[in-house]
Amino acid sequence: MADKHLSTTQLQFRRFAKNRLAMASVFVLLAIVLICFLGPYAFPFTGEDADFDHISAPAEFIWPHLFGTDDYGRDLLVRVLEGGQVSLAIGFLGALSAGVIGVLYGAIAGYAGGRTDGLMMRTVEILYGFPYVILVILLSLLFGGGTLALFAAIVFTLWLTPAVIVRAQAQSLARREFVEAARAGGMTPARIVVGHIVPNCVSVVIVYGSLLVPEVILSESFLSFLGIGIKEPQASWGNLIQAGTAAMDTDLRLLLLPGGFLVAVLLSLNFIADGLRDAFDPNDR
Amino acid sequence: MGRFLARRLWEGGLTLAALVTLTFFVMRLAPGGPFSKNRKISPEVLANIQERFHLDEPVWQQFARYVWGLMHLDFGPSTRFRDYSVGDIIASGLPWSLTIGFWAILIAALVGVGLGMAGAMRRNGATDLVAGLVGVIGIAVPIFVIGPLFQVIFALRLNWLPVGGTDAGWRALILPVIVLALPNIAYISRLTRTSMIETLRENHVRTARAKGIGARRVLTGHVLTGALLPVIAYLGPATAAIITGSILIETVFALPGIGRHFVDAALNRDYPLVMGITLLYGALVILFNILTDLVRGWLDPRVRNG
Repeated sequence: MADKHLSTTQLQFRRFAKNRLAMASVFVLLAIVLICFLGPYAFPFTGEDADFDHISAPAEFIWPHLFGTDDYGRDLLVRVLEGGQVSLAIGFLGALSAGVIGVLYGAIAGYAGGRTDGLMMRTVEILYGFPYVILVILLSLLFGGGTLALFAAIVFTLWLTPAVIVRAQAQSLARREFVEAARAGGMTPARIVVGHIVPNCVSVVIVYGSLLVPEVILSESFLSFLGIGIKEPQASWGNLIQAGTAAMDTDLRLLLLPGGFLVAVLLSLNFIADGLRDAFDPNDR
Repeated sequence: MGRFLARRLWEGGLTLAALVTLTFFVMRLAPGGPFSKNRKISPEVLANIQERFHLDEPVWQQFARYVWGLMHLDFGPSTRFRDYSVGDIIASGLPWSLTIGFWAILIAALVGVGLGMAGAMRRNGATDLVAGLVGVIGIAVPIFVIGPLFQVIFALRLNWLPVGGTDAGWRALILPVIVLALPNIAYISRLTRTSMIETLRENHVRTARAKGIGARRVLTGHVLTGALLPVIAYLGPATAAIITGSILIETVFALPGIGRHFVDAALNRDYPLVMGITLLYGALVILFNILTDLVRGWLDPRVRNG
């Protein structure tokens, strides 16, 4: 009976904490984030410094080149960690930006209703009709390449799903009594959207937003793999994997190390998203 | 049904028109023209080239010319491959892409539905666990990681299949098709499993069983029709997924399909080719979305009247 005065959030948190796979994934993800952002400081060089005495050194776990070096004598592990910084930062910031844009757009459309809603959602539908990767490639061409262009292109294509989901939620919220009361009390539409509609969509947004992160990371590495995204000498998991495939018949570690990191991150993010979904809407299953 | 089809076609046409306009202006606004990478060329030559590709005309006139050409299925000349039109390049690459796309979808649908059904009928059994594992791998391991790994294992180490290229005929397509099908197998089997578990609990299935209809007929006549609806709905998005995947697959396995042409064209700023392939992809996705809606509407009255 002690459970009685737990708030919804506490209940949801408790449900999530009981999910072993999801909790393990949280720890794996945290560990990878920490290693990527702090790890490079432990080495006396950066991922762009060439060590001409150790070119193409194999992975022998000998300090300082634990996983060896690439054809230019650059340390593989440090490059993978630095690439991880880029991939993870783009992943989380991208999902956050796409989420914020999508939530606001959807909340406004759903709350406004009528013509505004029709027009706004028709735009979303048309954008939805495009093959998503094509759009990302076109946009990153338009923005002229580089990290920022890549980021903008990915955000521009990924805000659609949260917009659709939030709009459905906002539509039903707009008819509820407390929103009616807020309107009668003289709150402006803008303040109602920010103060009442958006906070009540949070749980839906967290569930679907958590799926956005792996999607952004995947898009980034996909484009960098093709040579359209982040380019040498800056490292990213995508272009490191690409470099790894070029040498895979002689030396697999160049492929396996960045690939392993990427897969570990995508796996844990997917398990976390599953866990969040189970915790936030148990009726779904 | 007629009105339903008309509405879908109208929406599809609108999307396609938006796509044409968007790609055209995105390509015009993008920095760096198709000829800016080349060596320095004299102004006269540049003027000649620009005249040949009508780059000296006002933008709206170029747009009108492009749309007029499209209506005659003329995508214009490629700016990089001299003497080839965009149509020629697409025609040479499309058979490859369609072949691997077709087989990948077919295999993904058969294996995915099979795995999902087996998993749903014997939950937590051996097949269910295998399906779950395939599902996790297919969703979390990107094509550009698993593709090279398969190349190393099956081509370089075991020497069963060619690494890539087109010299070995159909045997060269086995690995690409499997790798392309994998994420879709994962998705379809998950989808089938959940939807089948739900359908098995429905009242009409219980009624059918209570009436004494045999297990096999309940399955084919009452469960499958309902359970496969979400799977059919996935066919449209699957087309987009296959296109996305084929871009990577053709790069990884060095196949001369349109996905690879698309990436090369994007990197070389061959704008007419980029636009031609974009439009083709867009049209394919729109077409398959309409087809999917039609099949769904035919199977499920709620969709066509909704």
